[in-house]
Parts: sequence; C-alpha cells; structure tokens
Amino acid sequence: MSASPIATTRTAAGMPTGRLAVWWVIASEIVIFGGLLGSYIMFRLSHDAFAAQAAHTNTWIGAVNTLVLLTSSLFAVLGHKAADAGDGPKAARLLYLTAGGGLLFASIKFLYEWPHEIHEGFTISSGTFWSFYYTAAGIHAAHVIAGVVIMLIIAPRAKRNLDLHRVELIGLYWHFVDVVWIFLFPLLYIAK
Amino acid sequence: MATAPASHSDSHGHAHHAPGFVEKYFWSTDHKMIAMQYLFTGMAMGLVGGFFAYTFRMQIAFPGVDVPGFGVVSPNEYNHLITNHGAIMIFWVAMPVLIAAFGNYLIPLMIGCDDMVFPKLNRLSYQIFLLSALILIGSFYVPGGGFAGAWTMYPPLSAKPEYGLTPLGSTLFIVAVALEFVAFLMGGINFVTTAMNSRAPGMRMYDIPVVVWMIVVASILFMASVGPLIAGAIMLLFDQNLGTAFFNPDKGGDPVLWQHLFWFFGHPEVYVVLLPAVGIVAEIITVMSRKKLFAYRTVLYTTFGTGVLSFMVWAHHQFIAGIDPRMANIFTITTLLISIPIAEMMFVYIATLYGGSITLNTPMLWALSFIAEFLIGGVTGIFLGASGTDIYLHDTYFVLAHFHYTFFPIAIIGTFAGLSFWFPKMFGRMMNDTLGKIHFWGTILPFNCIFIPLFVLGAAGEHRRIFDYSLFPELARPELRHLDQFATVALLIMLSFQLVFFYNLVTSLLWGPKAEKNPWQSNTLEWTADSPPPHGNWPVLPTVYRGPYEYSTPGRDQDFWPQNVP
Amino acid sequence: MMEWLGLVSASTYAKDIDFVFDLILWITMSWLLLAEAVFFYLILRFRKKAGVPGQYITGELKSEKRWITIPHFAVLLFDIAILFFAVKVWYNVKQNLPDAPDRQTVRVVAQQWAWTFVHAGPDGKLDTPDDIIKVNEMHVEVDKLYHFQLESKDVIHSFSVPVFRLKQDIIPGRVITGWFTPIKTGSFDIQCTEICGIGHALMPGRITIETPEQHAAWVAENSTLAVASATVR
Repeated sequence: MSASPIATTRTAAGMPTGRLAVWWVIASEIVIFGGLLGSYIMFRLSHDAFAAQAAHTNTWIGAVNTLVLLTSSLFAVLGHKAADAGDGPKAARLLYLTAGGGLLFASIKFLYEWPHEIHEGFTISSGTFWSFYYTAAGIHAAHVIAGVVIMLIIAPRAKRNLDLHRVELIGLYWHFVDVVWIFLFPLLYIAK
Repeated sequence: MATAPASHSDSHGHAHHAPGFVEKYFWSTDHKMIAMQYLFTGMAMGLVGGFFAYTFRMQIAFPGVDVPGFGVVSPNEYNHLITNHGAIMIFWVAMPVLIAAFGNYLIPLMIGCDDMVFPKLNRLSYQIFLLSALILIGSFYVPGGGFAGAWTMYPPLSAKPEYGLTPLGSTLFIVAVALEFVAFLMGGINFVTTAMNSRAPGMRMYDIPVVVWMIVVASILFMASVGPLIAGAIMLLFDQNLGTAFFNPDKGGDPVLWQHLFWFFGHPEVYVVLLPAVGIVAEIITVMSRKKLFAYRTVLYTTFGTGVLSFMVWAHHQFIAGIDPRMANIFTITTLLISIPIAEMMFVYIATLYGGSITLNTPMLWALSFIAEFLIGGVTGIFLGASGTDIYLHDTYFVLAHFHYTFFPIAIIGTFAGLSFWFPKMFGRMMNDTLGKIHFWGTILPFNCIFIPLFVLGAAGEHRRIFDYSLFPELARPELRHLDQFATVALLIMLSFQLVFFYNLVTSLLWGPKAEKNPWQSNTLEWTADSPPPHGNWPVLPTVYRGPYEYSTPGRDQDFWPQNVP
Repeated sequence: MMEWLGLVSASTYAKDIDFVFDLILWITMSWLLLAEAVFFYLILRFRKKAGVPGQYITGELKSEKRWITIPHFAVLLFDIAILFFAVKVWYNVKQNLPDAPDRQTVRVVAQQWAWTFVHAGPDGKLDTPDDIIKVNEMHVEVDKLYHFQLESKDVIHSFSVPVFRLKQDIIPGRVITGWFTPIKTGSFDIQCTEICGIGHALMPGRITIETPEQHAAWVAENSTLAVASATVR
C-alpha cells in the first residue's frame, strides 16, 4: 500500500499533517534537550569545580561551528523559498549545501575538536562537566547527522519536483537543531 | 462541507490486492491490525507480570516455599520479580493496551476517517515497541540476571554494577524502557495529528467523543513529560557503561537528580494511563444509561486542568528523599489540590447516572466498578500527599495498596471494560454476557480482598520490597502474617477466575453469535461501520451533524441519535 | 489507628503523626462512604424499567452544575484543613532541628547490608577514641532529645523507626541530620526502607531505649571495649 489514506489529506486543524507532525517531533525534542540542559544548569549553579572545568573548552572552535550551522540554516531557508516557488532543482542544490554545512560541523567536532580534548585528558569520565559536555554535544551532533541523512533522502526527489513540501519540513527540523546549538554554545563555551 | 470522497480503492494508483497471511497479520499498516498487535502483546506481557505477582506473593505469604511453576525464590530473584512486575504492568501492559490498542483502534473510527495519518510510522512504532518487550524479556536470561533495583531505578544502585550485581541486566532494562518511550512518542504523532486533522466534515472540537480527547491529552502529557527522563536514561546508561559522573556522588554527581528526572515524568505518567481509562468509562456509561454525558465541557476543561497540574506535584514521591524540607510544603499543597479536578471527574460520572435507564451488562459492570474502586484509590492518596503522614507511610504497603487501587481500575478494569464493550466491533461476534459477569465478580471481589489487607499492613509498618519479614519482630507477628496470607490466597482466586475470561474470549472469537453493526445502540461513528470494519473502514466516509451524547433526546422516537444521521 | 493496630508510639511526635492520619481517615472515609452510597443508590434507582426512558440532562444549567461545584468546594475546604495539620507536623519533624548536645548525637552509617551506629562514649563527645561503635544496635536514653546524622557508604538506604513514625532516606555523598525524643523504654525495629540491593531485607536493626540508669550502665560497659577497639581500628 504505497498511497496515503484519505486521513492524511484532511486538515481540520488548519495545518497540513506533515507540518503538524514535525512540530510534534520538535516539541518532544525540546523536552528531551530541556531536561538535559536543565540538569546541566542545576549542576553548574551548585558546583564551582564544574564551572572551573568549563574553562578548558575551545571557544573559537565553538564560534566557528556556530557560524557554520547558522549559515547552513540560511541555505535551508533559501531552499524552502525555492521549493515554495516550485523550483525543485534549486531547492535540491540548497538542501545539499545545508547538508554540507551539517557535515562540516560534524567533521570539525569529531575530527578536530574532540580528539584534541581527549588527547589533553578530558574524556567523558573526567568529571561531571565533561560528562555533560560530551553527552549534550554528542546527542546534538547525532541530531545533526540524522538531519543530514534525511536531507540526502529528500533532495534527489525534490530535484525531480517530487514532494517539495518536505523541503520546508526538514528545514523546520534543521532550524530546531540550530536553536539547540544556540543554547549549547553559551552554556558550554562562553560561560566560563 | 465537502461530500465524502468516493471509494477508497479509487484513490490508489494501483490495483487493490488481497494481502497474504504474513502481510495481513505481521506487516500491516492498517490501524485496526496494529491495534490488535498492541492488544495481544500487551495481554501476553500482562500474563508475565501477573505470573511474577503470583510468585512473589507466594514467597511473602509462605517464606521459603517452593513456588509451583517457579521454585524457591532467592532474595535477588525476589527483587527482580517485583522490579519487572512494576515495569511490565505500567510500560508493557497499561500503556500499549489503553493508549496504543484502544487509541489506534478507536481514533480513526470515532472521527470518521479511513486510517491513521502516517500508517507506516504506525507500523514502525509497534515494531519498536515489540523490540523493547523482547529486550526486556531477554534481560531476564543474561549472565548476572535481570535488573533488580525496582522499576524506579534509583542510582547509585542502578548505576554501579558492583552495587546492583546485574551489569548487563541493568543496561538492557534501561534500553528497553527507552525504546518503549520512543515507540510511544512515535505513536503519539499519529494519535494527535489524526485526531486534530482528520476529523469527519462537521465534527467540531466539542463533537469529539471523550475517549478520543483523553487519548490525545494523554499523548501530549506523555510527550511533554518523558523528555527529561529520556535525557536521564541516557545519563544513567552512560553512568553504567562509560564511567560518567551524572549520578555518582564519588565523582561529583547527584543521585537525587535522577529522582527528579524520573518523577517529573512518573507523575504525569499516571495521568497518561488514567485518562484513556476514564474515557472508556465515559463512553460505556453514556450508552448503557442512555444519558448525555453530564457537563461534557466541564469534563474537558477538568482534564486539561488535571494535565497541567500533574506537572507540579512530582516531588510528593520524594518528600523524605533528601530534598530541601521546605520544598515539601509546596508539593504537598499542589498534590492535595490535584485531588479536586479528579474528584470532579468522578462526581460528573456519578451525576451522569442520575435519571438514566441503566442496563447492567458486563461492560457497564466494569465501567461502574472503575468508579467505585478508583474512588478508594483517590482518597487513599490523600494520606500520602499530606507530607506529615507520608513521613510514616512512605515505602510501606500503604503506598502499594493506594497505587493498586488506582492502577488496577486503570489497567485491568479499564481494559476489560473496553474489551467487552468494543469486542463486537473488533471481532464481529458477541461475548457471552453470563460468563462475562462471572469473570467480573470473580475479579472484583478478590481484588478488594487482596488490597484492603495491604492498607492495614502498611499502616502497621510493613515496608516494601522485602522478601521475608521474619527478621522484623514487629512485623513477624502472626496477625500480620495472616493478613499477608489472606491477600495471597485472594490473589490465587482472582487469577483462577481469569481462566473464565480466556475461555469466553476464545469461544466467542470462534463461535460467538455474529454481531450486528450497532448492538449497543450507540451514537458514535465506529458503530456505523461493519463489525468488523473492512480495510478503509467505510466505503463512503461519514459526515457528522452533532455531538456524540444525544441520548434520550426529547421529541424523537429512538432514544439515541447517531452522529452521522442528519 | 496505628495504636489500634498494636503499634507503640515511642516518640514525642508519633502521636502527632497518628493524629493527622486519623483526621484524614475520618474525613476521607466519610466522603468515600457518602460518594459510594450516592453512587449505588443511583444505580439501583435508575435501573432500566419498561416504558421509562432516560432523562435529557446536559449538566450545563446552573442548577445542575451546582451538584458538582458545591461538593467541589467542600473537598477544597477539607483539603485545606488537612494541609494545615499535615504541614504543622512536617515542620516540626523535618524543618525544625532543636539543639542537642554531642552526647545525644548518634551517627548512623548505612551500607550494603548493615547499620553502624556511632554513639558518643563516656566523654560525651563524638569522634573521640572512646566512641561506642555498634553494628545493627542503637542505644538511646528515654526522654532525651537526640540528633541522628545519616550517612551511606554506597547506595541510597533509608532509616526508619516505625515506633517513632520516623523515616529519612540516606543519600551517599551527604550527611542528613534529623531529631527524635524517645518517650518509651523498650527494644524496637529499625528498618531500611529504600531498596538497596540483594540484602535489602537482611539489614534489620534494633533500637534500645533505656532508662538513665540502664543507659549509663550500657555506656560504661561498652566504653572499655570502645577504647580497646579504637586502638585496633
């Protein structure tokens, strides 16, 4: 059964089902990250040693990665515009650029930043700050990679002008991933 | 209003083929089949959870006994049995049956559409759920045994293998729970999106049957509360396996943080399972008393209010857990306040009976007993929500009796109520009502005989999670031991009567009288489809003209007025 | 109710906690009986009768809603009454910490699966060589106000003395302090009331509440042992 049921096409709530579903996913992710970051903040406020460890993160790399992610979000927005205008090939190109930004983010983190920190002796079991650092940034990075994979699935179909509405949906998700980073960056890199 | 679209098969781009056996029963995307998968998996897990209860109750009543069907219960096995009994009943019985089975089955049918909005995602959610169940069962057989640190998984016991002595079992347990959460998050996407978006033309918000609202609100509550615990589960998993320091005090971590993350979810979770059960009861009592639901809008607003308040009470599970004692005052106030909307719901249901024309068949007996038993569960919660008395009652059998007087109505009574009510629609046959009543009395009367003694034992100081009370002179008194034995015998009787249910289930499925479309003369849309409905539910999807509870409307010959009849 | 069940009240606040329990019992049982009575009455009164249809009642009229809102407010009033007494007891037992001298301070160290109680020795001070360290036995003097200091060596345990109506979880990495004043002599159960592993049921303790003479004798008897074991420790 490859065709959708009639249920999928109805919009009694005034919003297409795909968009409603993505907002639901984003809401659930907000609660997950919220719990993690809330715990982090509680720890940070009550333990000075915790804050002392934060001094060892590399703010410059964090800033570069922030720039990378924000730029990729810009591409996602432009991609959405192109999809709305019906220009599938352009939307696909912009999706590939967005995905590229995500891959660059992940590479900087996994191929440079983390190996460097581990080499200096800061591993996930080095203390509570580093436990949070690797867990939060790691889960975020997993969401970045998941987003890249989904984009690589949507882009080829978009190029053929198929399922263009999905460009907006993955864009929504990508902006969310961005927003999480906007919270992580100050908490992990700036507050020292 | 647009006219209902033409036949379902016309909207396909390809020819409609009949699915093979495997595709129909194991690979279906049809919401009704997925509902059955959840239902039967949930019931099977219920048998496992029930068997564990039998085993550990035998140990408590007759310490050291060679339990028939199990053997002698060692201390670690005892802890393992109670841990998994709790986890199974909540995560692998109550949730799949009440939310996923009834939700999947009823939502598209009650709102008048042909399936859930994302059928393949629906199928995937069941598969992940099944995987989580298999991982849990698998955890019982790994070296070191299954997790034995209570369903609440408090670290450091659950985080450090040297303390819990079940390294692999602990990890598998938390992985199983986390996967179950993911399955229900995915399921929630379908429930909420479908109920909000795919309603039949003419069905406004206030025309939606209460049970659909309840499942939607339950899904929202679940989603909003489970996030921090998923984060916590990852943190616990890392503490167990990567030496992180989230909950490990030796490395600067805080064990109480886990408790907050757990109970922030744990408390809303009880409403997540309560609401669907309460919804099922509403559907049955309106039909069986031929009465409009009393103050439908009040029911809705009360539900929303309860949902919001449920996020503000969690630390009543932690009054003496080492939190700042001043915090306890806030939580005792919010906890006692939440008794008000719940009481209101019960009052509304009782008011619905006034002026009715009540038929006391099996579904109605179950629905009514829900109210009678849940009232006991509700009032006994006051003893625990009041911080002063909780100092004494925490971690005693009083707590256990309280939550069984709430959970049993929710998971067991709610399930039997819903199953006996919707059986004709689901399977196209009628269940035997006499056998149903025998099963009902054989369950309800022993149920009370099990748990009333436990209130007394708890008040007498009997603490929880203890496999043998002989080392505690104040509890080893014969009067108290006799109460425990009485409760265990009552359990054995209750379990025996479940055979009546299974006999009724099987014989009705195979040889029960064929059911018509609307044997209960109900207003809601599912009763306008065939029994059972075909793939796509109706050849022509219905249009709706009014709310679901127009029973005994003055000026009509019939005492019901189906939603799809102009 | 607890005394009726045969449970001794051996601390100054046991009767206060019992009072709140009984108060809640009376209030909730009255409500429960009333609600169940109305419920069963309605079921019996409105059973299906030939020729008698159901009534059309929406519940939206003010006169109808009153049947819900009045009980609603009554529940609220009773809740407030209960809260008042419950918070009073809570404050006294958990937020309050009356002073107590060292000789009336006992350190309670919980571990998998035993209790270690450190009592001040004859010098009346804790953390001196003549401290009396006992495993699974706690000795206190009647009518004296005691502090207990709870520590754990491993997982979360919980210190519970049912005759005192006292319970407090023990969190590793912290010291949690509380108080009690025993009012009856005798020997009573100490329970661990937080699942702590395979031996959770195998760490019962005993608290012995002694007259001043008995307690002085116990201290004297155990002090020489305490000094001896301290040098060996």
